[in-house]
Amino acid sequence: MSNLSVNHLLGIKYITKNDIQLILDTATNFKEVLNRPIKKVPSLRDLTVANLFFENSTRTRLSFELAQKRLSADVVNFSASSSSVKKGETLIDTVNNILAMKVDMVVMRHSSAGAAEFLSKKVNAKIVNAGDGAHEHPTQALLDAFSMREKLGDLKGKKIAIVGDILHSRVALSNIFCLQKLGAEVKVCGPTTLIPKYIESLGVKIETDLRKTLEWCDVANMLRIQLERQDIKFFPSIREYTMLYGLDKTLLDSLSKKIIIMHPGPINRGVEITSDVADSDQSIILDQVENGVAVRMAVMFLLAGRQ
Amino acid sequence: MKPRVLLENKQLEVTLTRLCYQLIEVHNDFSNTVIIGLQPRGIYLAHRIQKLLEGILKKKVNCGDLDITFYRDDFRKKELIPNRTNIDFIIEDKNVILVDDVLFTGRTIRAGLDAMLAFGRPNDVELLVLVDRRFSRHVPIQAKYTGLVIDSIETQNVKVEWTETDKKDRVTLIDK
Repeated sequence: MSNLSVNHLLGIKYITKNDIQLILDTATNFKEVLNRPIKKVPSLRDLTVANLFFENSTRTRLSFELAQKRLSADVVNFSASSSSVKKGETLIDTVNNILAMKVDMVVMRHSSAGAAEFLSKKVNAKIVNAGDGAHEHPTQALLDAFSMREKLGDLKGKKIAIVGDILHSRVALSNIFCLQKLGAEVKVCGPTTLIPKYIESLGVKIETDLRKTLEWCDVANMLRIQLERQDIKFFPSIREYTMLYGLDKTLLDSLSKKIIIMHPGPINRGVEITSDVADSDQSIILDQVENGVAVRMAVMFLLAGRQ
Repeated sequence: MKPRVLLENKQLEVTLTRLCYQLIEVHNDFSNTVIIGLQPRGIYLAHRIQKLLEGILKKKVNCGDLDITFYRDDFRKKELIPNRTNIDFIIEDKNVILVDDVLFTGRTIRAGLDAMLAFGRPNDVELLVLVDRRFSRHVPIQAKYTGLVIDSIETQNVKVEWTETDKKDRVTLIDK
């Protein structure tokens, strides 16, 4: 076991437990690199990476770009809003045109589920999925697992709750696959309307009571309500959602043990968690962001290492 | 051909002690000198030297481990697994002694020099190796301190074993 079993990172579903552990172990090395006076290594200096973001992103995009620069890769950025996509160009044409400029790796975010997988079959470059619709967001799951592992050690047998908008969340799905492969127990919690029907078939427990969920878990991953993906009303009002599923300091302090609070960002302060929870010492939200760069460096380094 | 033992037990101990006194000759009390062992195999030698020096000088000697995987020029030609880097001191303006077990093509040391510079600008860098395989260099790099100089051919391997990982201290020459 010294290299990945895949040529592309399309989703956690397609990689093995060994792959996940290899990525997390390599990320530990890169985290050390990021704490050096000179935070850059020359590993990918002969590689060009294109970041194709067909959907908005701040954190993921910056994190990927920083990771690429820390690995000395050449980077080109592309966002759909300022490109020929607006003029009617297809995905394959756009990507092939970019690849014609000798690009070796593509990091892509797209609003359609399966876009990354589709691309991996059509073009000759390594593909990293940076989020495809409500399907997967593998690097987020990996950095979440890395951050949890930093705090808790081995995740085998640990109890992780994912709270909020599970239905529209690619973070939830990737996290479920990743945590289960690492041997953790996963429970999802949210309004029934925001929990997908098939979720139990993945071996995930469902709970609709937030307090019970928080009493059960070691880590609570609080997801954002993705209003931009909701075309119908899934709950009566934001205020009602916050009353039932929002986490505030009073609730957090009343729990029988100290749990870890995570959030993939961007936070809607006062909706899924309040400011004092987000900024409390139990929150590792900023660690997640810091670890994101190291984990993405590990993913691209390992993919580039494959012949 | 049977593996040929080059250094063992007492002989190896004498060699290591000699290297330490050579270092002291140049670096006096090590007040401005640090040791950096190259991962994965150089760190055992580096920590041995550190312990011996501390015994002789009766003071703490700084010694760190440096992984060079991300700086190698053969990345993508073979599978490489990174190891831990652990340097908890400042190398800026220090005299650095890079330590590795075997000096062969010199490429590892070349990468080591690059990797080390990410931690600052040392005053002076020297190389210490246990075994110097002469006439096999690909880059112009030489060691200042050597335990043993040997003539070997490409098809041979030098194997350095340490009690810490292999249950005994021994250097052998093996035909591949």
